[in-house]
Amino acid sequence: MDAIYYDLATALPEIFVLCMAMFILLLDLFLKPNNRFLIHVLAQFTLIGAAFITISTYTPSVSYAFNNMFVDDPFSDVIKVMMYLSTFTMLVYTRSYIKLRGMFRGEFYALVLFALLGMMIMVSGQHFLTLYMGLELLSLSLYALVALDRDNPRATEAAIKYFVLGALASGMLLYGMSMFYGVTGSLNISDVTQALLVGVPSHAVMVLGLVFVVAGLAFKLGAVPFQMWIPDVYHGSPTAVTIFIGTVTKLAAFAFVIRLLIQGLFVLAGDWQGMLIIMAVLSIAIGNITAIAQTNIKRMLAYSTISHIGFLLYGLMSASMNGYISSTFYIVSYTMMTLAGFGVILLLSRHGFEAENLSDLKGLNQRSPWYAFLMLIVMFSMAGVPPTLGFYAKFTVLQAALQAGFVWLVVYAVLMAAIGAFYYLRVVKLMYFDDVEDKSPIVAPFSMRLVLSINALALLVVGLMPQPLMNICAYAISRSLQ
Amino acid sequence: MIFKDYVFYVLAAILLAAGLRVITARNPVHAALYLVLAFFTAAGIWLLLEAEFLAIALVLVYVGAVMVLFLFVVMMLDINLDRLREGFWKALPIALPLGVVMVIEMSMILGVKTFGVDQVSAPTPHATGYSNTAELGRQLYTDYLLPFELAAVILLVAIVAAIALTLRDRKDSKFIDPADQVKVKRADRIRIVMMQADVEEKSVPADVADKKEGA
Repeated sequence: MDAIYYDLATALPEIFVLCMAMFILLLDLFLKPNNRFLIHVLAQFTLIGAAFITISTYTPSVSYAFNNMFVDDPFSDVIKVMMYLSTFTMLVYTRSYIKLRGMFRGEFYALVLFALLGMMIMVSGQHFLTLYMGLELLSLSLYALVALDRDNPRATEAAIKYFVLGALASGMLLYGMSMFYGVTGSLNISDVTQALLVGVPSHAVMVLGLVFVVAGLAFKLGAVPFQMWIPDVYHGSPTAVTIFIGTVTKLAAFAFVIRLLIQGLFVLAGDWQGMLIIMAVLSIAIGNITAIAQTNIKRMLAYSTISHIGFLLYGLMSASMNGYISSTFYIVSYTMMTLAGFGVILLLSRHGFEAENLSDLKGLNQRSPWYAFLMLIVMFSMAGVPPTLGFYAKFTVLQAALQAGFVWLVVYAVLMAAIGAFYYLRVVKLMYFDDVEDKSPIVAPFSMRLVLSINALALLVVGLMPQPLMNICAYAISRSLQ
Repeated sequence: MIFKDYVFYVLAAILLAAGLRVITARNPVHAALYLVLAFFTAAGIWLLLEAEFLAIALVLVYVGAVMVLFLFVVMMLDINLDRLREGFWKALPIALPLGVVMVIEMSMILGVKTFGVDQVSAPTPHATGYSNTAELGRQLYTDYLLPFELAAVILLVAIVAAIALTLRDRKDSKFIDPADQVKVKRADRIRIVMMQADVEEKSVPADVADKKEGA
């Protein structure tokens, strides 16, 4: 009987989020339309509460629960707190947007929380089955969120594309996992590692499974050649959902890769390293070059995501402790940058108007110097201009790759980053040097203006003092991966 | 070869043939029926593996419920087969060699060499009193509690998503809430007003008088 109490205590943040999501779902039925703000407040309370539970039950040790299917280690705690924080920010940004578009309903918040639960399971999964269940919970909630704006044919199209391709990727992932099971006789990550260390009867079958698993993971991350869905889904989804897909879920996908490839299949590092190198090289090239041709800012950010994933893979492909730490740092900074970037897009949208073309940013400096300045920081950070956070993130990732001996690949990445700087700086040019076309005033609730300012300024502050965040990432990784 | 082996090979041959027909049948209804056959045969193979609960669940759930539902949908939708097959012959010269190469590559890895009887030891047969169903239940609620609960949450999300995406109040809907209907009082529908009595004039218009006479 004590065992189950221990299990439940280990998964307390997950249990809390699940209960609150169901409570919100039920409460929504009894609320009058003008009391709906309560749902928003409750959802934010859930995130704060979950963060409180995660931090207060923090231990530097690694504890397993539910028959070794679930793990609570410093890495999962750090990523989870980051996920609460980014979901919190995202809910602040999207509040007025969804209100104006008739999406301010309990389902939106409940689905976001269910998706968050799925991601928490992905971060803490220690068993292929648990990881897969978390992934499906996340994906299913996301498909519904994308399609939630029901009368928008573009959103429906994006949801169908996402659903079909997502199902295909899940199928690949499962097929690869079944190969691992066939060879090692277990689905548990630590057992698989153990079996690999002892020696498996057939290395070739493991590599075959690995190909499928890497393909599935690359799809979830959005690495070339599995990136086709990203621009369409980013473009078609309501911006309130795009910001969620572009930020929080990438954190979860990264943790998923860490659990599967780094923790579970480290013995096969020689085999997956080559695959990651090819994907990293292609992602950086296709992401940066195609982004130049975009006129839609959401599509541009989608291609920018692809190139960022390429940089992220540079850290992972080094297959060294330094590489993992720098990738963790990279994904955290990527999340912060993208949140602020989409925050500005959401800020410019108003009733009956979607800010999504680059021309909508024209002359932003004349409309509001402060927001133009914030967007300037975001763009500089994404391009990797010092002293912003993006520069330091790219620097550490490339440093790790250099230490691993990939000199030419690092030179290539720097060249590609220079090409990528073109389209980020074009946004700056539009904001500061072009004449304003759309003179309507920018209205936003105080909370959004405050959080957006903090978010964008944090890119500058953390960029100047990256050490504390770096220490957290280093601590989390070195404590959790032996 | 013992009798069980013969049963396996017969079932496996039927399964492969049915699976092939699912993707090659021209008529989607036929394809769905072949899929039923494939599920049924797979259930037979599971029975050989002493997984009787799964075998019966496959027949009951997939053959009995899911596929029947699927057949209904296929029959109700007016699927344009020619449009579905458009480009099939054009893509075949590239797709077929690629597919063949993939099959050859995979069969080089996944063969008797890696999954043969000498590589993987045969599972030990269970004792006579062994109940697959009981064991499954025990595993599900102890070792696999977490995935089991997660599956429940996934189903809940599926319900929420399905309702959120399809339930809507249509503007042209003639739906009337019976609860509102019974709560209606006379005062809601009839307004009694006091007004001056209108005294009708005696003179009848000429055309009306004509009509009356004609009738």
